[in-house]
Amino acid sequence: MCGIAGLIHRGKSSKVGHELQGMLQALKHRGEDSTGYALYGDTDGKNFIMRFKVGENVGEGSTSVAEDVSVYDERKKIVDSYLSEMGAKIVKEERTLPYSLRYEIEYDKKDLLEFSQKIESIPGVEILSMGKSLEVIKDLGNAKMVCDRYNLDKLVGTHAIGHARMATESGVDIKSAHPFWGYPFSDVSVVHNGQLTNYWNNRRALENKGMRFMSECDSELIAVYIAQKMREGASLEEGMKESLLGLDGVFTYFVATKDSLGMAKDTMAAKPLVLYESDDLVAMGSEEIAIRSILPQEIDTYDPFDGEVKVWQI
Amino acid sequence: MANLKNVTKKTKAQAMGMHTEVLTGRTQQKFFNPDEAENFYYFGTYDVDFNKRTDLDVKDMTAAEANKEIDNLMSQGYGTIVIKNPQGKHSIGVGILNKLNLIFEGSLGYFGIGSCDGPTVRINGRVGWSCAENLMAGKVVIEKNAGSCFGAAIRGGDLICKGSVGARTGIDMKGGTIIIGGDAGAFTGFMMQRGRIIILGDVGINLGDSMYDGTIFVGGEIGSYGSDAVDAELTKSDQDWLKRKLKVAEIGDNFDVSKMKKIVAGKKLWNYDNLEPTEKKGAI
Repeated sequence: MCGIAGLIHRGKSSKVGHELQGMLQALKHRGEDSTGYALYGDTDGKNFIMRFKVGENVGEGSTSVAEDVSVYDERKKIVDSYLSEMGAKIVKEERTLPYSLRYEIEYDKKDLLEFSQKIESIPGVEILSMGKSLEVIKDLGNAKMVCDRYNLDKLVGTHAIGHARMATESGVDIKSAHPFWGYPFSDVSVVHNGQLTNYWNNRRALENKGMRFMSECDSELIAVYIAQKMREGASLEEGMKESLLGLDGVFTYFVATKDSLGMAKDTMAAKPLVLYESDDLVAMGSEEIAIRSILPQEIDTYDPFDGEVKVWQI
Repeated sequence: MANLKNVTKKTKAQAMGMHTEVLTGRTQQKFFNPDEAENFYYFGTYDVDFNKRTDLDVKDMTAAEANKEIDNLMSQGYGTIVIKNPQGKHSIGVGILNKLNLIFEGSLGYFGIGSCDGPTVRINGRVGWSCAENLMAGKVVIEKNAGSCFGAAIRGGDLICKGSVGARTGIDMKGGTIIIGGDAGAFTGFMMQRGRIIILGDVGINLGDSMYDGTIFVGGEIGSYGSDAVDAELTKSDQDWLKRKLKVAEIGDNFDVSKMKKIVAGKKLWNYDNLEPTEKKGAI
């Protein structure tokens, strides 16, 4: 089933980590195999923030194979040496969990393709997000568990999207959890509710164009598809509109960039979405109770129609 | 109540040998007896007084607790119940099988007012997916927007949304009337079998797709017609009925019904046979 939620504050910042936690926790009955956050925090915009994992969470019903922590340490060392080779300087380093790390990096090149390919050439290493504002945090368990584990409650920012997952077509692990980073684009993330039926056809075509897939989760296709369209010169909104024809199946998905948030709904309108829109806030989720968790007062909401694409700026 | 267990007269179905199984435990075999019709009533129904009114704040209640409390209030004879702070909760106000004046001060989530038979419900807010699913009789008025599958499989009653609705409105409906003040999404009237849908605004793609029967009236633009949905002539009696319905629904003041489009089933997809179920059983 899965649940998705997103919000964007226009003209101000807020505790988006706390707000999104409330929205996703309200949707936990739609799936709590894993929960993911894509948070766009307030930063000075100088350094890149790289969230990456050097292993999997092997507890809490995970389908991953257990590895010794020493393996994680070894992988981290190789990451550090590769960063040094590429001229990237680690400004700040946090290791929240043995397998999950957050680096602030000074790196002056704009093309992240080569950078990402180099880092992810290390077996077992995956970049969860790379950007100057975006931080993707995903792990097994419900929204509150993940929020508490990574201390996301206090993160201040402008917008965020998140996903509560009921694993269906792929494993219970972090690599299959949402959100997906729009590799190799800085600050692009995607969450999705639904099923894509032309996954393999699209995946083969995109891999032939040099795009990378890290999981077998059909939702990852959306992130890669949009990223490829943007690589070809399309705007976010144009890429999303093209996806309505290029992607087959039932879906509602959100895409976020450094300064915008978008939603798209397939032409069958088979997946739910409720939307609240005001001058200073847009909040949306698979169910109205997600929105109610941050706006308990009486508000006007609506369901976007089939084939609808909307994009909002901060 | 009628003691249905002791009715000795065999129904036609029993006489035809269709119900020979021995039921045990809590399951009971009950058949409607016209002689007992005067005394017949559903289980879990109450005589209520519309002038007896109370408020119920469901803010800190689960859906099950809220529904149980509504049932409890009806059992005490309350005929008008105002629900405060529903806050988008799912499955509230379901399974009400008697006359009741139920007012929601706020919005409902999914599956609100499901499987009801008789109440008059006003929702001063919005409703999520599958509102009033399987409605048998009564009237449900939504002051704002509604989600997808609005009025799915209703058998009767009036379902009115003053705002816009999502996709698949009236899917599989078998009777009753659905009235939409705004726009409606894709697949409106999908596989409907009977009943009427009135949309004053625009509708999305695949209107009336695979409809068996029933009628759809549209005031605005149509995205596209679904399989076997065709235009029909809007008659004078159609217009009179539309005016009457809109007036009763308190919606679309001065709306020019003469310009509405009427859509019915082309019946080219029909694959019905004329066999009754019992005859079919014999044929198999």
